[in-house]
Amino acid sequence: MAAKASRVAFGETLLELGARDERIVTLDADLSKSTMTAKFAKTYPARAFNLGIAESNMIGIGAGLALTGRIPFVCSFACFVVGRFETIRISVAYTNANVKIVGTHSGIAIGEDGYSQMGIEDIACIRALPNIPVIQPADELETKQVIAYAVEHAGPLYLRLTRQSLDPVCPADYRFQLGRWLVLRPGHDVTLLGTGGPLSNCLEAAKLLEADGISAEVINAACIKPLDEELLLGSAGKTGHVVTVEDHAIHGGLGGAVAETLSEVMPIEVRRLGVQGFGESGDPKGLYAKHGLDPAGIATSVRKFLNR
Amino acid sequence: MPDARVVAIARQCRVQIIRMLTHAGSGHPGGSLSVIDILTALYFGRLRYDAKRPDWPDRDRVVLSKGHAVPALYAVMARAGYFHESELVTLRKLGSRLQGHPDRTALPGIEAATGSLGQGLSISLGMALGLKLRAAPARVYCILGDGEIQEGQVWEAAMSAPKLGRPDHPLDNLCVILDYNKIQLDNFVAKIMDLEPVVAKWQAFGWPVLEIDGHDTDQIGKALDAAEATRGTPTFIVAHTVKGKGVSFMENDPEWHGKAPKPAEAIRAIREILGVGEAAWGDYLKTDPATRAIVDELAALEKK
Ligand SMILES: Cc1ncc(C[n+]2csc(CCOP(=O)(O)OP(=O)(O)O)c2C)c(N)n1
Ligand SMILES: [Mg+2]
Repeated sequence: MAAKASRVAFGETLLELGARDERIVTLDADLSKSTMTAKFAKTYPARAFNLGIAESNMIGIGAGLALTGRIPFVCSFACFVVGRFETIRISVAYTNANVKIVGTHSGIAIGEDGYSQMGIEDIACIRALPNIPVIQPADELETKQVIAYAVEHAGPLYLRLTRQSLDPVCPADYRFQLGRWLVLRPGHDVTLLGTGGPLSNCLEAAKLLEADGISAEVINAACIKPLDEELLLGSAGKTGHVVTVEDHAIHGGLGGAVAETLSEVMPIEVRRLGVQGFGESGDPKGLYAKHGLDPAGIATSVRKFLNR
Repeated sequence: MPDARVVAIARQCRVQIIRMLTHAGSGHPGGSLSVIDILTALYFGRLRYDAKRPDWPDRDRVVLSKGHAVPALYAVMARAGYFHESELVTLRKLGSRLQGHPDRTALPGIEAATGSLGQGLSISLGMALGLKLRAAPARVYCILGDGEIQEGQVWEAAMSAPKLGRPDHPLDNLCVILDYNKIQLDNFVAKIMDLEPVVAKWQAFGWPVLEIDGHDTDQIGKALDAAEATRGTPTFIVAHTVKGKGVSFMENDPEWHGKAPKPAEAIRAIREILGVGEAAWGDYLKTDPATRAIVDELAALEKK
């Protein structure tokens, strides 16, 4: 498979599943060309609703549709849909409405538009709600499986998708399961837990570290809630060093979730790599380099952490 | 009679909008070109500000709630002396003060962070109220997009504005301008979530509403005068505009909401903005070295 944005894979998969499952409906807030539901809307106009720039209303209507038997995908940029947190909190979470919340354009990797369009606190927000799994698929293959899973999963769910293309990382025989991570590259000196955009950079960093004699285990942590505790504790116990890598604020994301879990069960040091402060405009590569999320930056952080 | 000076400045600002978006390789031309005549009329003849003292407490405030049109604001601010025009080409580049959407903390003269649509009117109400509470003579101008006013928060603000501060501090220092270009991101507004009857809606919420051609500087000026003369209530101006105004291939086309022109398109756009025919373009450039320099820069981008 070639590199593909997870929002593109999402749009394609939804189109396929929509042919078989009448319950699937899409809701958009004037970003259907960007969330990639536009094709679904064209193919199934009676099952696609563009509410205009009105995200709270979109989420609420989604909840009502879910309560009457539909499987709504409510879609916008991650910052705007999760920005309506209190609506999600009550109308979706507390109501336990079977709404699939889709946040595209996650992370600083959207680049030039700058902070106001960057979803970098969405994991932290949604993760605080008791009944909403948070999933960030790593590549096209995984995105397809996660969308299929979302349709089957009874209850709300949050999908974090990217604007930018993602390199394929999962093997052809991979099968997504909720709360299960995947070792992409085994190692024994340090555990690199990556999710979403920077995951392929983790694999590149592992190659750089190998040249220095450091063996990094790279894990695809697509499921940010629930975590794969078994794999986490197994790998952390083996390497003794855990580094999380995500295109999200360093507060409350994958790094926060991992640190919370480890501090209770296996208190070892954790390094959280992610976005410090607000995001800003810039080319995505330059932004990743600035925040140490490029291969060289990840490798440097690991060497420092291991004192090597 | 349209003010020839303001018209000329608006034309130059249109050129700068095209220039900076092309250098950036991304951004929003349509809504920048639809709002530029309004911004120009405000900054050149209406607003009281001191570009060298952007924190002057009694300055008039502009809140560009439709923050994605900020290239238009940057063009006007450069022209007004907030910063040098050479900085315009840093738009959207790493480390630039000219963020893709307005960042108050990055660039003095920007009054509020916008870019998440629907929030600017509430901030403007707060500013207008705050200025009234300390009897400052300053006015607040808020510019909304038509797609933007689909946001619920806009209507919360709409409902409260005519009542807020009354009876002692009514917000007659607030003027809201709707850039009614009939297009949003996905499509025409009427096809996504029609606003009509938009004048009646704002009137029903208690606002006096004026309707103008948002590209006619004369009409803009008169409406701003009327708003300033109004006592006891804020004013709402519905400015009918054309998205992409001034560039034939961008006008009224939703495709040009959020993509930058390629250098060759940009050069054609600039030629159209300046009203020069294709045959006369070479000769024209010999007479206009400033435009010539901009065009050469853009042509060099093409080769990169
Ligand atoms: C809350 C929010 N939702 C979505 C967007 C994405 N977005 C940016 S511009 C735009 C369309 C704006 O249309 P309009 O207000 O009519 O602006 P204009 O036509 O003047 O460009 C959208 C949906 C946003 N910036 N903020
Ligand atoms: Mg519009």
